[in-house]
Order: sequence, then C-alpha cells, then structure tokens
Amino acid sequence: MAEGILDITDDTFEAEVMNADMPVVVDFWAPWCGPCRAIGPMIEELSGAYTGKVKFVKCNVDDNPLSPSRYEVRAIPTLLFVKGGEIVETITGMTAKAKLEETIGKLL
Amino acid sequence: MAETNYDLIIIGGGPAGLTAGMYASRARLNTLLVEKVVTGGQILITDWIENYPGFPEGISGPDLSDKMLEQARQFDLKFEYGEVESMALEGEVKSITVGDKVLTAKTVIIASGASPRSLNVGEEKFHGKGVSYCATCDAPFYRDKVVVAVGGGDTAVQESIYLTKFAKKVYLVHRRDELRAAKILQERALANEKIEMIWDSVVTGMDGLFGVENVGVKNIKTGEETTIAADGCFIWVGILPNTGFLGGALEMDAWNFIKTDAHMATNIPGVFAAGDVRSTPLRQIATAVGDSAIAATSAEHYLEGL
Repeated sequence: MAEGILDITDDTFEAEVMNADMPVVVDFWAPWCGPCRAIGPMIEELSGAYTGKVKFVKCNVDDNPLSPSRYEVRAIPTLLFVKGGEIVETITGMTAKAKLEETIGKLL
Repeated sequence: MAETNYDLIIIGGGPAGLTAGMYASRARLNTLLVEKVVTGGQILITDWIENYPGFPEGISGPDLSDKMLEQARQFDLKFEYGEVESMALEGEVKSITVGDKVLTAKTVIIASGASPRSLNVGEEKFHGKGVSYCATCDAPFYRDKVVVAVGGGDTAVQESIYLTKFAKKVYLVHRRDELRAAKILQERALANEKIEMIWDSVVTGMDGLFGVENVGVKNIKTGEETTIAADGCFIWVGILPNTGFLGGALEMDAWNFIKTDAHMATNIPGVFAAGDVRSTPLRQIATAVGDSAIAATSAEHYLEGL
C-alpha cells in the first residue's frame, strides 16, 4: 500500500477525518484484497497531486473493524470522500483515475 | 510506410494483455499497453489459482498478477492508463483515443477481457452494501454471518468454498440440478458442511434497510418462492465481454465475443484479439496467455509483411 499516506485507526478516525481542516479521501483496504493492493499506487499518485488541498488517509479494515461498520462499508476497496465532517460520496470497487479526479473535484 | 507512435497497441492489462506485451516487447516491437484502471484484470478478484502450471502449491490471483506485470515490464513495454474513448481500426494506421491523447499504431491486439455478469434483479443498489462479485475482497466482512452465493461454474464453486472460511453458512443457489464446475471443486463443495446447495433455483431479488438482509429465491421447477435471511449475496453467474467500446467495427459471435481465426486475427487486417474477449470454447488464464503468444507473434508477422 501507499507509503506516504497516513494510516488511521478506529481511535483516530474522528479527529483525522471528520474533524479535519481540509477535505479527506479515506481508502478502506486490507492486505488480502487484490484490487486494494492494485489501486494503491494510483491513490499514492493522487495524494501527491493534491498535497495541501486534499488529505488522503487509509484505514486497514482488519485492524480497525469499527470504522467500516460505522460508515456502512461492507466491501473494499471503498473510498470515502469527506468534506467538513460530511460524507460527500462513496465509491466502491476499482475505479478509473479520471473518475476519482472528478469526484475529488467536488470536494474543492 | 506511414509513421505511427507505436508498432503495436494492446488494449487491456489482464493476463492476456500482459502476455502479449511481454512477447511483443521481446520481439522488439515498440509496444504500448492501454489499461483502464490497473493491470491484473479478473485475476485480481480470484483468491486462489491452482490450475495455472508452474505453481504446484497454487498462487493467489493478486500475486500472479504482480508476477505477470513484473515479467512484462522487463522488456521495455510502455503503459498508458485511461479509458479508450474511440478508435479507428481500418486501414494501415490504427488510431486509438485515450482521454485527450490520440495514439497510433500499425497493429492492435484487443485483450479487454470480460466483466462479471449481473443478475438484473435490482441488486445494483446493494453494490458494496451486501452484494459482491469478489470473495477475496469482501468475505471477511461476513465473519460468522450467513451469505447466499449464486452460480454453478468454477468461479461460483471455488469462491463459495473460500467464503466458508469466514461465513458460518453459504447457500449456493444454482439454476440446474448439478454443478458445471471442475469435478474436484464440486467434490470439495459438496463435502463442505457449511455449504448448502439450493438446486434448480434462481435469485429473484433482495431487500434490506441499510444493506442486504433478505434474499428471495425461486425454485424454477416447482415455482416455490422462499426468502433466505442473509447479510450478503455473492454473484458468479458468468461473464460479459468488454466489447461495448468497439462499436460495430469487429465481427462478433452471438454473445458479442470477438471472432478470430487460428492466428487470433479479426476481420480487420492488423487487428487481433486474445483472452476472454475472444470467441473461444474455454476461458482460463492458461488459454488467455496462449492466445496472446499467438496474437503477438501474428502481429509481428503482419508487421514484417507491411
């Protein structure tokens, strides 16, 4: 998975995502999930492209079961697009970069 | 001869596309592989592969995908990520539009694969909320829960067995009274205490407040309808070819898979097809890579004849 991306936990989710001072993209993933692993580099690229504008974080659903269940995540990869503590959009499954950029655009 | 950006453009980055890329770049063709999202294709959602030669202990789909990508990359294959928006395949110069780029080549291999078929019973609204096509992605969300699986082929049976590692019960709904899957998979499934077969039946719908809670099942022989209380519904009822983007340019069979000859040549000179997208009696990783070795070699011969 992407290395430059902050790992969040059930304990830090509220502070890092819902109370963040900029829009956030949360990547729910797990090590056993092939598509999650495959989109990792793309998420990392996007994270680099939006530095200072959008915060990217990842949440390992194996280690943090509460957050996915709280936000109705039952499939991975799922990306949550959050602005001002509100979930603006949820995308499940492998998705083309252009579509992700378009969705990130709605956060800005 | 007309100038083009590439000798060969391959569309699709699954096992077929990656193999064609490896063969073509080893043949020193200037080759570009165009992939919509990420390389790997359907094997990314396959938990375990034990019928691909060379891996006697078996290998996970994502691991095999990584290895194929690594091997394809060793020989100067180039990559472009994005969706093919339009293409002009007739004539000596083929042009393919990806995003805002127009790319040209003398030959094209279509290896765009296939996607899981849906049931069309209103399951779209539960996608990611109980409905899944990927056990290796989503099975752990169903630890100690009850799930319904649909299908009777290799994928349905193999993945249902995988589901039993997490779910406490898997109802496998199949529209016939026997499975189509490889015999060894059938034996394992039928011996698995967590799997209960629901024969001669189809899924008619599903409901639930926040996600799947109930799955409707109908016996097509007796007409009897029942509801299974389940938290998830995994769908493996075959595949549809990813040929929509081609328009009507290529000759297809009745199911929209691309027709080729034994050299993987389509009806348009210089355009080849390989892997699951091709009209073929068997769709496996082994057949996809075999197709691609032929397709890339055919493309090379075609270029030599120009």
